[in-house]
Order: sequence, then structure tokens, then C-alpha cells
Amino acid sequence: MTASSLDTVAGCAAALRAGTVSARELLAASRDALQATDSRIGAFLARTDDLAEQQAAEADRRLRESPHDASPLCGVPVAIKDVICLEGVETTAGSRILAGFRPPYTATALQRLLAAGAVVVGKTNCDEFAMGSSTENSAFRPVNNPWDIERVPGGSSGGSAAAVAASVVPYSLGSDTGGSIRQPASLTGVVGFKPTYGRVSRYGLIAFASSLDQIGPFAHTVEDIALVYSVIAGHDPRDSTSAPEPLEDALSGLGDGVAGMRLGVPREYFVAGLEDGVRRGVEDAMKVLEGLGARLEEVSLPSTDAALSTYYIVAPAECSSNLARFDGIRHGLREGGESVLQMYLRTRDTGFGAEVKRRVMLGTYALSSGYYDAYYRKAQRVRTVIAEEFARVFEQVDALVCPTSPTVAFRLGAREDPLSMYLCDALTIPVNLAGLPGISVPCGMVDGLPVGLQVIAPRFADARALRVAHAYQQATDWHSLRSPLARLAA
Amino acid sequence: MTLSADDIAHVAMLARLGLSEDERQRLGAQLDAILEHISRLDKVDTSQVAETAHVGGLVNVWREDEPEPSQSVDAALGNAPDHDGTYFRVGAIQ
Amino acid sequence: MSESAGAAVAKAVDFEAVIGLEVHAQLLTRSKMFCSCSAAYIDAAPNSNTCPVCLGLPGALPVINRIAVEYTVRTALALNCEIAPFTKFDRKNYFYPDLPKGYQISQYDLPLSRNGRIGFALDSREVVCGITRVHLEEDTGTMHHAGDVLQSATSSLIDYNRSGVPLMEIVGEPDLRSADEAREYLVRVRQILMYIGVNDGNLEQGSFRCDANVSVRPRGTDQLGVKVEIKNMNSFRAVHRALEYEIARQATVLNGGGTLTQETRGWVEAQAATVSQRSKEYAHDYRYFPEPDLPPLELDDSLVGRVRGELPELPADRARRLQMDHGLSAYDAAVITDTREDADCFERLVSSGVTAKIAANWQMGDVARLAHAHHVPLWRTGLGVEGLAALLRLLEAGTINGTVAKELLDELYLRGGDPQSLVAARGLGRVSDEAALLALVDEAIAANAQAVADFRGGKQAAFGRLVGHVMSATRGRADPALVNRLLRERLAP
Ligand SMILES: [Mg+2]
Ligand SMILES: [Zn+2]
Repeated sequence: MTASSLDTVAGCAAALRAGTVSARELLAASRDALQATDSRIGAFLARTDDLAEQQAAEADRRLRESPHDASPLCGVPVAIKDVICLEGVETTAGSRILAGFRPPYTATALQRLLAAGAVVVGKTNCDEFAMGSSTENSAFRPVNNPWDIERVPGGSSGGSAAAVAASVVPYSLGSDTGGSIRQPASLTGVVGFKPTYGRVSRYGLIAFASSLDQIGPFAHTVEDIALVYSVIAGHDPRDSTSAPEPLEDALSGLGDGVAGMRLGVPREYFVAGLEDGVRRGVEDAMKVLEGLGARLEEVSLPSTDAALSTYYIVAPAECSSNLARFDGIRHGLREGGESVLQMYLRTRDTGFGAEVKRRVMLGTYALSSGYYDAYYRKAQRVRTVIAEEFARVFEQVDALVCPTSPTVAFRLGAREDPLSMYLCDALTIPVNLAGLPGISVPCGMVDGLPVGLQVIAPRFADARALRVAHAYQQATDWHSLRSPLARLAA
Repeated sequence: MTLSADDIAHVAMLARLGLSEDERQRLGAQLDAILEHISRLDKVDTSQVAETAHVGGLVNVWREDEPEPSQSVDAALGNAPDHDGTYFRVGAIQ
Repeated sequence: MSESAGAAVAKAVDFEAVIGLEVHAQLLTRSKMFCSCSAAYIDAAPNSNTCPVCLGLPGALPVINRIAVEYTVRTALALNCEIAPFTKFDRKNYFYPDLPKGYQISQYDLPLSRNGRIGFALDSREVVCGITRVHLEEDTGTMHHAGDVLQSATSSLIDYNRSGVPLMEIVGEPDLRSADEAREYLVRVRQILMYIGVNDGNLEQGSFRCDANVSVRPRGTDQLGVKVEIKNMNSFRAVHRALEYEIARQATVLNGGGTLTQETRGWVEAQAATVSQRSKEYAHDYRYFPEPDLPPLELDDSLVGRVRGELPELPADRARRLQMDHGLSAYDAAVITDTREDADCFERLVSSGVTAKIAANWQMGDVARLAHAHHVPLWRTGLGVEGLAALLRLLEAGTINGTVAKELLDELYLRGGDPQSLVAARGLGRVSDEAALLALVDEAIAANAQAVADFRGGKQAAFGRLVGHVMSATRGRADPALVNRLLRERLAP
């Protein structure tokens, strides 16, 4: 029930350099694992076999010719959430409205992986336009949790989380607007990291909510996360919200530990709705951190309760505008009609699923004449309050520790009511609203289902969040557990 | 806050979503419930607070005025559901 | 009842127009507003001038063109606006096939500038029109409708080459009171934009576009009438005709006891009328909100100061200076400063030693005639401004006469050449050789016995015929004073 070295990036990189395995062999193994498991998981929407073949061959050449210059990611298989554009490869964002769309360009973050020699195995399933917390909103098929295929993997990046949890790939990319990396990581027992807003370019990420979206990685270890983050992060002139601040070295201080660190425990994150098993797992994790020399202090973020409401104004408002480009004219689905208006109405009715329509309606309403001040402007102000509360707390503590998700993985179909689904992200959303880095690491099991610990750091203290999470992993074994389907894949 | 059938129809038209009668009713009820939850915003005192549109704190992010080659016409039209020559094509406007 | 109806017939109310104009002007940047595609779209093959950004592809993001911001600041300063120290972009959301993202990146509640004004003279009155705001946005693509009639077209073709070209919106206050004032306002705004090098002023191709808001009210009152928006005016003439028509239409409706509806009307040249654009009206609600993909702008004093320092002299100032410095009439100064190139040309002629009055007369006369005939301004001809200066210096020095100067100008305008060496080579200079002229004078006397007799009989006019003989023999080049003296000496009793 523990890790084989080849399902981590670091393990692959070492084996590739030792010559005990080639990139082509890693690719073949990844494909075999996909073949063996994915009919039961549904993590992948598309395989990129021909492209991967070329990339693996090229990676092997680079590793042969200059093994020491090559990036640790060179030759290592990766899976990419289908909201991230890859030139010439169908990119659907999990939506029927984009079926068949082949972008003429590649997202910056993915371009950086490709430049490092990554081998792209395929595009992963997700909630339509990344809107959801269970990946049941995919237009194509839901994703099943590799720990229990009757349960959801979380979402929206459920495919990318499950692909790592099933050990099909050692790492993957997802996107996180309100918890879409951290929550599925928590529910599938892997590590998921949402960097500081602005650290990873959004260019080529199909936008859900532009002021909240951020690309980040999934992997089994924080060390792998740091390796991937170091490659994908950095300023991009194509994204005007990309941070120009110099990128800190996330790897060199990774092992510095937490001795002497002050870790805040936000009171409002341990309230009603938090499952007992989750609470116990997180409290145990806090004791571990204390044992490593960290000082834990209770802190308060009083407006946490308003974060969900703020998010469900800001995100739908932005999405209602971002999704207006899906009009049946330049790309994707078109449903005919006797006029352009009829074409719009029918294309968008047929092309969008229920959750997308719900959010587009909500956002359109919140921005509409007469309601803007009561909803959108108010939400923008509360957003300020939430960010200021974090800033104040970070004058007092170095980082925050809390649960990632209030619950473990739930059964498919268990949350029909939209509001109950929205509550899944109550503990991750505030981080996006404030643009902070947040990471989820496995910290326990409840009835065979993983629990996640969330570490939140100040803006641009991404390395600090990774350092805390890494220290925790060094002292525990939760990240070495593998799902039943991962064992099958091996 | 309760959304009337007219409100739903108006918002759906603004968003160019052709919804069935069924969908409108269901959405109306769901949006009501969500808006009810959202009313918690009112509990936060924001009288002295500025609005946050961006968390990055950046200003004056711009590029120099230097043209670069555009993409090919084939790339531009490659995903179009309908085109005529190198134009995109749509049906009657009215 | 009948009494008041009779009164209405007897005396129609005298209405005055209230007009506010909204100008959209493309900026003369090299690249588009938010992407690096070329902004020169006019001659490009359909959709050859696009990229993921200006085609609104999923995942593509905008990046602001710095020069477009500077040009807008420049314009705002030229129109006496206050520059906002903090400004931002907003999304204006609406669906139309020429708008690829489903929203236009524009500016809403914090425009780049506000509170400007422009003054101009019209019929020896001074008109001042307020400028509400100048803001920056992006242009849309263009659509072609089968048969070019929107209402009946069964399909439309879309070209996104223009999508994302920087566009400035200049909103004027409703301070204009007639079609004449409105046209003059537009002429002046366009002139300023061209002077400061931010726009090429082409109404026909649509790089400079104008919509009007028109209402009428009984003259002498300040009540607010029903506002009608007029679109589709693609020339100054069209603006003027459309406004005259609309003002008369509104007055007629009101005088006939009718009511006006707030609506958008299009000017239809073929019908010489404004026609209601009775598109199915879905309530417009643009749902503006701050563009999350673009951080705001802080236009600090150093930036604004630098742009102000780079502003060229504006046409009204320049005309005033040319009147003062060179004694030009107000009319001449206005014509000479019509374009920046015209004014530059004049000042170069003067600084090359040509007398201001001569320079102005020639520039406004024969040079303008040739520019019009050949469709090319002097400064782009073979002759050029320096060539004209050389020619006019020869004229002023008396080396050649006006006739020769005009002939040379016609000949050299396009192909160029050095006037001085041509005059020498062809012997076109003034004939002042006394012996040669004396021979011609004798010839004139011999050939015009009748004229000689008349002159001697006291008819002064006959003298002119004799001078004319000599002049035509020299093709006008003979020194007239010398001819005069020689003739009088010969005819002296
Ligand atoms: Mg505009
Ligand atoms: Zn472009």
C-alpha cells in the first residue's frame, strides 16, 4: 500500500537519469495504467498518443545528450485539465459547446511544461467550464473517485486529481477558482496546490472567473509540487494580471521545517458542517506540526461566513461575461435558427449544461441594471473586507492550517441541490477571494476515504506554504497510501 | 428576494439563453434560494470599504506598440461552424 | 377648440435644436489596442489580421497598448479635458456577431478624461461646446450583409480584421444649436485629431465616425425635448443634411400636435431622410463591470506633463500666430492652417525667404489648384516645398514674371526640377537688354502705323497696343518699365 518510486516526479527523474527507465517506457506504463483503470474512473476526455510519442522520444534524446541540463520534468508523463489550451488538440472545458474546438495556440503554463520536456498523456475531465465541486457537471461523463468509484473525486479538477490518485500520471495540472484543485486533492488523497493569484499565467486557461482563476499542480508529494511549480510559475507578459515580483526559490528552503513558525488556526473554519472524521484528521495533523516545533494559535477571520456569498456573486458575474464568447460563430457548437438571435438562444441552450446556465443567469442578474449595487458592488466590498482580515491575521502568524473540505468524498448524485454543492467550497473560497496561495495535503483516512489539511500563506509566500506542507509530509505517511485503483494500475 | 417569471425571462434574454418553461421555473426557484443565502452579505459592514476588482495591486501594465504577425487565415477560420471564403458567416440578423 | 386650432395654424412654434455629438475615432497606432496584430486593416484580406486575442478565443487575454493610452491623453489635453489620475477599463456586455468576446472593453464610470471644451468661430460668432469625456475602447469587426440591406439579408459575412483596433470615444455636451454648428464642431474636432497625429480623419472609411443626439425645444426655453439618436452619417454633408432633416421633422411633428418617441434613426442618403431603425428592441442593459483581465491605470503628473510637452501647436493657436506674425487675414490664416502640413508648408516658404503674402496667395491659389487636379499635395510632389520656394524667390527677385512662374509651376509640380537652372537654360528670365528691346520697339512702331497715329492723335489707349506687341514678342518677359521708357522716347515728337 505504499508508493512505487515511479509514481512521483522525483522518482521518475532519478530513474530516467540512472537509465533504469526511458521516457518511452514511462509513457507506455502510464498508458497501460490508463487503459486498466480509466473505464472505471473517467479521468480522461482525450488521449494525446501521437504527440506524447514524439515528446517522449525527444525527451529521451535530451536525457541522453545532456542529462544534467534537462529539467526534472523532462520525460515525465503529465495529464492536463481540459480547460488549458494545447495547440491542435481538442480542448472542450468539459462542455458540449466547445466539442471539436482545437485551439491554434498553447497556454503559457503548459508551454513551459513542454519546454521542460514534459510528455502529455491526455486532457482530463472536469466540471463544465470548471464550475462544480464533484466533476458531475462534465458534459461528457462524471469522474469516479479511485478510492471508491461510487463516490465523486471532488471538482472541478476531478479528472486531474483522479489521474494522479490512480497513479496514471505522477502529476497533473488543474485550475482553482474557488477550491477546484485543493478540494479534489483532499477528496482523492493527493497534494493539490493553488499558487498566489498572478504567479502562474492564465494565458490559455479558458476563463471561468478571471479575478479568481489560477492554474496549479496535483502530485503525491509536496516536493513534486515544488518542482512543477518552479517550472510553471513566473511572469508572463501575455497575462496583464501576472505578477512581476521575482519568483522565490521554492525548492531550496523546502526542507527548512516549521520549528519556531507561528501557525494560525482560524476558528471559523471549524464550525457546523465539518465532519467529525475530518476534524479529527486535521487536529491530529496540527499536533504533528506542533511536535515539529510550530506554535499553533487560534485566530479569527470573522467574515468567513460571507465568503461563499461573495464568491457566488463575483464568480458568476465574471463567468456570465467570459462565456458570452460562446455564440456559435467562431468556434464550437452552432444550433441553427431562422435568425442570429434564434441561433444564439438555441446554441447556448443546447451547448451549456444546467450548472453553467444557473451561474450565467445568477451573474447576469447580479450585474443587471438596478441590482449592481446591491449585489456586485457589495460583493466587491466584502471581498476587500475578507482580504484585509487575512492580511491582519498574517501580521500575527506565518501561515494558517485548517481543513480543505468540510467532508470526505460523497456519493455521486448525493448533492442535487445546488446550494449544498456550493457549500463544499466554503473553506477554500476565501483563499481565492484574497488571491492567496493554498495547498491541500493528505492528513488522514475516514472509512477508507482521504482527508485533506489545508495550509494557507500570505500572498507571494508560496514557498512558505510548500515548506509547511512538506514538513508535515516528512513526518507522516498519508501521502504514501495509494488508492485501490492505483494498485490495480501498478 | 423573489424573482418573477418576467425577471427570469428578461435575464435569460440578456444572457441569450433559450430556456424551456420547465428550466425557467426550476431556475427561478434555485436562484431564489441562492439569493436568499447571498443576503448574508448584508451582515458585513462595508460603509468604509473600497471595492476590490483585482487582488494583485498592479497598475499600468502595458506593452509597447509593436506589431507582430497575425495568425494565418486558416487558423482563424479553422474552428468556424460556417464560413464563406475567408469570412465567418451567420444567418439573418433580424 | 376651434379657436386654439386656428391659433396653431396661424402661428407655428419656433423651435431651436439641441444637439450633442459623439465621435468615435480610431487611433493611428501601429498595433491593435489589446493585441499585437497590425492596426492597418483596410486593405487586408478578410480575417487575415487576427489572433486569439482579437478573435476572442477562449483563454486569450488582453494587454494594453501604451501608445493608445498616450494618444488618448494627448487628445484629451488638446480638447482641454482634465486627465483622471486613476482610470480603468470596464466590460460592456452585449451580443452582436461583430463583437467576438460578447463584450467590448471600454470605460464606464472612471473614463480617462472629462470636462473639456472646444471653441470655434462660425459666421463671426464664437461657439463653445463642452466635451463630456474622452475615453478609450476597442473597435468591433465589420459585417457585410447580402445586398447590403440589413433588414432583408438572409446571411451576413463577418470580418474581424477591425476587431480590437484602438478607438477613442469623444462625447460632446448638447451645446450645439444648429446643423451648421454641429458640422463646424466636427470639422474642428477632426482637424485637431489630425493635427496631433492620432487619427487620419477618414469619414468615408469610418476611421472617424459620428452619431448625433438631437432634440428640439421652443426657442428661448430650456426645457428638455425627446432625444433622438442619429446614426449612419458618413460625411460632413451627410451630417449636415441629416441634422437639418431631423430638426425639421421634429418641429413638424410637434407643430402638428404629434409626439416624438425616443429612438434611434439612421440617415438614408438615397431617401434623403432619417429612418427609424425599428430593430426589435430588447431593453439594453450593458452590465458594465471592471475588466478583471486588466489592472487599472495611474496617469501621474510626469506622464501627463510629458504628453503635454509633446503637443504640437493647435490649429486655432497657429492661425492666430500667423495673423500676428505675418499679417495674414483671418480667412487666409484659417485656410493656411487647415491641415498641419499646409501650415508647415507656409512657414517653410516664409522661412526660405518668400514674402508671406506671396506665399499665401500662391499656396491658396495655383498650388491648391494643382494639388486638387493631381490628387497630391505639394509636399509629396517632385517639386516639393523647397522647389516652390526657389520658384517664388525668382519671381520676387524679378528674374521671372508671374506668367513664367505659373508655367514653370504647372510643368514642375509633379516631376520636379531646379527652377533656377531651368530659367537660365531656357532663357526665361526677364529681358532687360536695351538694344534687343529697342529693336522690338521699332518693330512695333513699324507694324502698327494706326496705333502710332492714334497715340499721336492723343489716344493714350493706343500706347498699350504697342506695349502689348513687345510683350507678346518676348512672351511677356520684357521688362515693362524699360519697354515703356523706350517707346515713349521713340514716339516723342
Ligand atoms: Mg463607444
Ligand atoms: Zn489580434
